[in-house]
Amino acid sequence: MSALAAIFVRDLRIAVRVGGSALMGVLFFLVVATLVPFAVGPDLVLLSRIGPAILWLAALLASLLALDRLFAADHEDGSLDLILTGRAPLELVVLAKGLAHWLTTGVPLIVAAPLIGLLLDLDAKAAAALMLTLLVGTPALTFIGLIGAALAVTLRRGGLLLAVLVLPLAVPVLIFGVAAANAAIVGPVPFGTPLTILGALTLASLVVGPFAAAAALRQEME
Amino acid sequence: MAIADLANPARFLSFANRTIPWLGGLTVIIFAFGINQILSAPDDYQQGATVKIMFLHVPGAWLGMLGFGVMTVAALGTLVWRHPLADVTAKAAAPIGAAFTLMCLVTGSLWGRPMWGTYWVWDARLTSVLVLFLLYLGVIALWRTVEDPSRAARAAAILTLVGAIDLPIIKFSVDWWNTLHQPASVFRLGAPTIDISILIPLFVMTIAFTLLFFTLLLAAMRNEILRRRVRTLRLMQASAAS
Repeated sequence: MSALAAIFVRDLRIAVRVGGSALMGVLFFLVVATLVPFAVGPDLVLLSRIGPAILWLAALLASLLALDRLFAADHEDGSLDLILTGRAPLELVVLAKGLAHWLTTGVPLIVAAPLIGLLLDLDAKAAAALMLTLLVGTPALTFIGLIGAALAVTLRRGGLLLAVLVLPLAVPVLIFGVAAANAAIVGPVPFGTPLTILGALTLASLVVGPFAAAAALRQEME
Repeated sequence: MAIADLANPARFLSFANRTIPWLGGLTVIIFAFGINQILSAPDDYQQGATVKIMFLHVPGAWLGMLGFGVMTVAALGTLVWRHPLADVTAKAAAPIGAAFTLMCLVTGSLWGRPMWGTYWVWDARLTSVLVLFLLYLGVIALWRTVEDPSRAARAAAILTLVGAIDLPIIKFSVDWWNTLHQPASVFRLGAPTIDISILIPLFVMTIAFTLLFFTLLLAAMRNEILRRRVRTLRLMQASAAS
């Protein structure tokens, strides 16, 4: 098994353990989506109007939570040093870790979104549109988050700094993700327009994220 | 003395010591001229005297973006060309640029209340300038959190380069989206749409604020170089004592 595949499988295994980021991500998603109606009030009309926005926000926050430990855990037990001295290009290693992170954090959110959308009175069409936007947009959240995670890797309480660094960069993804989800429900903008821009953001972050994160890791670990 | 000689920190310090008083004096003079211009500028037929907030708001916006531009070039200097003073420039420019961006946001908000009826609106330009301000704060936080100055420099450089995408977004936001903020009136194809009697004070204040920016930048760079020397001396002292 090549080095990249080995890292990918290892990250998948760590994440799906109990207490790993997969389960915790979905639980956090559920918690946030449950808290908002307590804050906003039980008016179902209002909740279904802001439902896509709540779920996108919850997806962003759940992604951030899992990113915190992505590089920091490897740094603490020394595997990051081994990876840096290995022969696999660091950018591809970061890409593999990012893919594993998305599969274990983003995909469970996509699957859970319609079920949690029931709590917010999202109908089938809205839920389907939301799932599609999450499918296209959550990789962008992961790969932009990789940059912040790499920058904050050596810091002890890097979690807050990670959020401060990542959130301004993730704002466009949030804007277009919610715009696409809302466009499917109320229009008048056609659904395809924000969705394709969201796709462009994901593709761009797929390239920029690993390169920037790898550069940051090299600087931090020197 | 060629400009490349300034890469030497000691030479830069002597250059800064000589230049800052003159630059500061020139700044004060242009500011005095600018304030004179503001007081004699006509009121807008619609907005009255409130239009004069523009003479703070627009230079603040331009210099906030210039600050991030200086940081972006300095980031390239750190990562690509390994210029000795690049990280000093980046660290010095960040708080100054953030202050100008904050001035732009606050004066704009105060201008918006009488003009638009609201202190804030989530349109494309205001949102992207707010994101710029958050990026500034993130870079400053990164500088302060990482201990070693050269490692902090490289981390901040990477973040600056990734965040630089916000600058064209701010510039073109009024073209790409339907915004409450007015479209480009100065830097646009075709002539500026502002009357010359208000355009002249605007340019004078812009020049004054730009001189202020560079005066503060040189002073901050000087302080940062001296701060690093103090740190090095302390480290040497600590290692000699042990």
